Amino acid sequence: MLDILLPTLIFAALVLAALGAWRRVRLWRRGRASKVAFLRGLAAMPRRYLVDLHHVVARDKVMANTHVATAGGFVAALGLAVIVHGLGLAEGMLGWLLLAASATMFAGSLFVVRRRRNPPARLSKGPWMRLPKSLMAFSLGIFVVTLPAVGVLPSGFSQGVGGWLVALLLAGVVAWGLAELVVGMTWGGPMKHAFAGALHLAFHRRPERFADTQHGGYPSTGLKALDLDDAEAPLGVGQPADFTWNQLLGFDACVQCGRCEAVCPAFAAGQPLNPKKLIQDMVVGMAGGSDAGYTGSPYPQTPIGEHQGSPHGPIVAPASTKDGKALVDAETLWSCTTCRACVEECPMMIEHVDAIVDMRRHLTLEEGATPGKGAEVIDNLIATDNPGGFDPGGRLNWAADLELPLMADVERAEVLLWLGDGVFDMRNQRTLRALVKVLRAAGVDFAVLGNEERDSGDVARRLGDEATFQSLARRNIATLSQYHFDCVVTCDPHSFHVLKNEYGAFYPPGQESSYPVWHHSTFINQLIESGRLRLAPGQASRVTYHDPCYLGRYNGEYEAPRAVLKALGVELVEMQRSGYRSRCCGGGGGAPITDVPGKQRIPDMRMGDVRETQAEQVVVGCPQCTAMFEGVVPPTGDEEVAVKDIAEMVAVALDTTPEATLAPRDASTPQATEEVMS
Amino acid sequence: MQPEVTTMPALEVTVLVSVGRHPLTGRTRRADQDARGVELARSLADAQVRLLHAGMRDESSEAALRGYLGMGFTQLSLLEQPEGADVLPALAEALDATSPHLVIAGERAERGEGSGLLPYLLAERLGWPLVSGLAAVESVEDGVATLLQALPRGQRRRLKVRLPAIVTVDNAAPAPRQSAYGPARRGAFETTAGPVSDDEEWAAWQVQPARQRPKRLKIVKAASARDRFKAAAAKAEGGGGQVLTDVSPEQGAEAILMLLREEDVLR
Repeated sequence: MLDILLPTLIFAALVLAALGAWRRVRLWRRGRASKVAFLRGLAAMPRRYLVDLHHVVARDKVMANTHVATAGGFVAALGLAVIVHGLGLAEGMLGWLLLAASATMFAGSLFVVRRRRNPPARLSKGPWMRLPKSLMAFSLGIFVVTLPAVGVLPSGFSQGVGGWLVALLLAGVVAWGLAELVVGMTWGGPMKHAFAGALHLAFHRRPERFADTQHGGYPSTGLKALDLDDAEAPLGVGQPADFTWNQLLGFDACVQCGRCEAVCPAFAAGQPLNPKKLIQDMVVGMAGGSDAGYTGSPYPQTPIGEHQGSPHGPIVAPASTKDGKALVDAETLWSCTTCRACVEECPMMIEHVDAIVDMRRHLTLEEGATPGKGAEVIDNLIATDNPGGFDPGGRLNWAADLELPLMADVERAEVLLWLGDGVFDMRNQRTLRALVKVLRAAGVDFAVLGNEERDSGDVARRLGDEATFQSLARRNIATLSQYHFDCVVTCDPHSFHVLKNEYGAFYPPGQESSYPVWHHSTFINQLIESGRLRLAPGQASRVTYHDPCYLGRYNGEYEAPRAVLKALGVELVEMQRSGYRSRCCGGGGGAPITDVPGKQRIPDMRMGDVRETQAEQVVVGCPQCTAMFEGVVPPTGDEEVAVKDIAEMVAVALDTTPEATLAPRDASTPQATEEVMS
Repeated sequence: MQPEVTTMPALEVTVLVSVGRHPLTGRTRRADQDARGVELARSLADAQVRLLHAGMRDESSEAALRGYLGMGFTQLSLLEQPEGADVLPALAEALDATSPHLVIAGERAERGEGSGLLPYLLAERLGWPLVSGLAAVESVEDGVATLLQALPRGQRRRLKVRLPAIVTVDNAAPAPRQSAYGPARRGAFETTAGPVSDDEEWAAWQVQPARQRPKRLKIVKAASARDRFKAAAAKAEGGGGQVLTDVSPEQGAEAILMLLREEDVLR
């Protein structure tokens, strides 16, 4: 009886799964073309899964072990079941191996059951709640039907009427397991993540991000350039089918674990964004339908079931249709601070930020619908090369007394100091003065571009205005190409990221950027380590350090600022969320410009984190973070926590004893600079 | 822009657009008031809006004009004129030929002469009424437009004018929408060579950057916040002047002529 039923079930399931897979692939193929290394990707997939994916999953040890047992047991059990029951080859070890595999899977599924008993809010419910039962059904069913095959149970146990019933029951249990775990894998069940996820790893749009993550490198965080010369290419993503096919595949890989939701600053602030829901909405758009079937947390302030979309329908309802709803609301896309916390946490390696910026590009470039002050900022960038609309001839007004050497005069310097748009901000001018003081104390031969510098284009690009970004980038590159310098140093992580990771694509053919770019914290640390900068430690204060997103998650620099603080001899207390889990200040991605309302403000939450450490000062390395944190009003009765840039911390700790100031000097260091205030 | 088929004939609106100039950097851009004019036109129901520019076509002016196309237009009519030409005859002829119901323009150009006289000269030539300093067009019914004219300190005056008419837009009109890169890039120029008339006087002029004139400080001697508020909100004290009502046209003209003589406008 079972001898007939089991092979039938197994092969029926495999055929159905193959059908579903074909159908699913057709859904992904609705996206635009994208070049992938097909065979190389497939070959690299196991390693990407076992190393890169598990590197992320293993941040939660219990869940990682659960997944290893369940998924590993399942893959082994399915493979062996096809051989043992499907083909009837139970000789020797095979049956016993199948027993072991299904037992391992069963053990794993017990932990899945435990997690689903009181699931955290970030997990989706609905079909996901039945998954542990299906896992148990499959593992238990396979285990029991394998017992006769290895001779533990007499193979005639299913004889007679009672036996028939037992056999039918067992076949039913196995069929349930197969339906969920094999057929459901390609027909949109919870197990879809295994099928789509495996292919997503193979055909990832950023294959380079797997290259050397184990060496601590962060090679692939720069946004992909839009080809503006091709008049046929869509400007960004206006409908789900405008995504590339492997982006759609990536969305389909989402396992709805909600780790992105748990770390998203906009979600925590009550702004209408939930990265998990956004990815699910893209899946809805790809397949066509409404979001009513979604069973996770909604976008804050937004009920579920009111939005729907189709592959060739608009993602955001055009402004002309008043109160119109499409797949997502524009506010959802504009709530993102591009902090990349979701991408960092995603075990399926989904690129949320890329998708959001793609959709913003459409809104800005095609609809002209940048909200808030966005349009004004972009107009300013076009007309004055800085977002504030200040006179570009006044970029060095703050440094009138510093006699900064200009690249146009010296043409060659060790360091090109990239000042950034902070030159127009009085708070950031203090940081810049401190940085100049530090560089001079170390005898660094540096020069600035002065009025030749333009905005790096970071804000324009995150607001979706790729055209203005590319214009700024090309002009900045032309300026940079005129001069000779060993490296670029900047105190703005946004400029740092754009110069380091995003300008490469815009060099004229035959040229490429030939200089390293350093954030000032890294550069100061190098100066300290090489002995060029002498510090007089002795600041007895308790500080905490806030990792800027564009320095940490985007560029993997967590160590240098901490090393500098250590050299300063201050007591460093870490916030609960620091390093790669640092929480955004709310200042990135143009979020302060588009200003989508929420229940609370992101910088308020982050300053709450700071206060928890009872630090007297919070050290930052980013003009945006400084501005956001200084805008926070402390709760009544609380003392204000000082916000200091790391350059300011170093500038007040310079060793000014005569033997320390004998550092080599050069023409770029006028004698009158010792009075430079910090 | 593309009108729906309705029983009412669509309101044909022509917006005169110019190449603007950013006050700080001098880069060309869509002129602010002209862009407000375009926004005003786009807000009219059932309007068929046409953009019209008379002037040179080069790289920088094209970039600026594309700024208007980016507000959601597929084409812009361009009367090509050499540099220094008087665009008035060409514009008048083009408007006469297309005879729109409403012509919208900015108060004055951001570059070139910028005298603000062009709408007046056009109105004179075409024999159409002109309303200056518009804040809104409230409605258009049976060939009569109800307009809202902006006056100082947020005051508004409602006017009715028979179409066709020329109106100029005040800074109080709604801010223009964002110009989007995609439509701006796709939009086409419909170029026609209009009649060219050289502006001989202009050719003889010497052009130099304007010097910013010092502003007279307004010193408010106020003891309390209330006084300061009153001083800020007070109407400019005209002193003198008279309101004439129920007078014959001759008497009115006489009074105006007298005032102009008093003020040394006429000698």
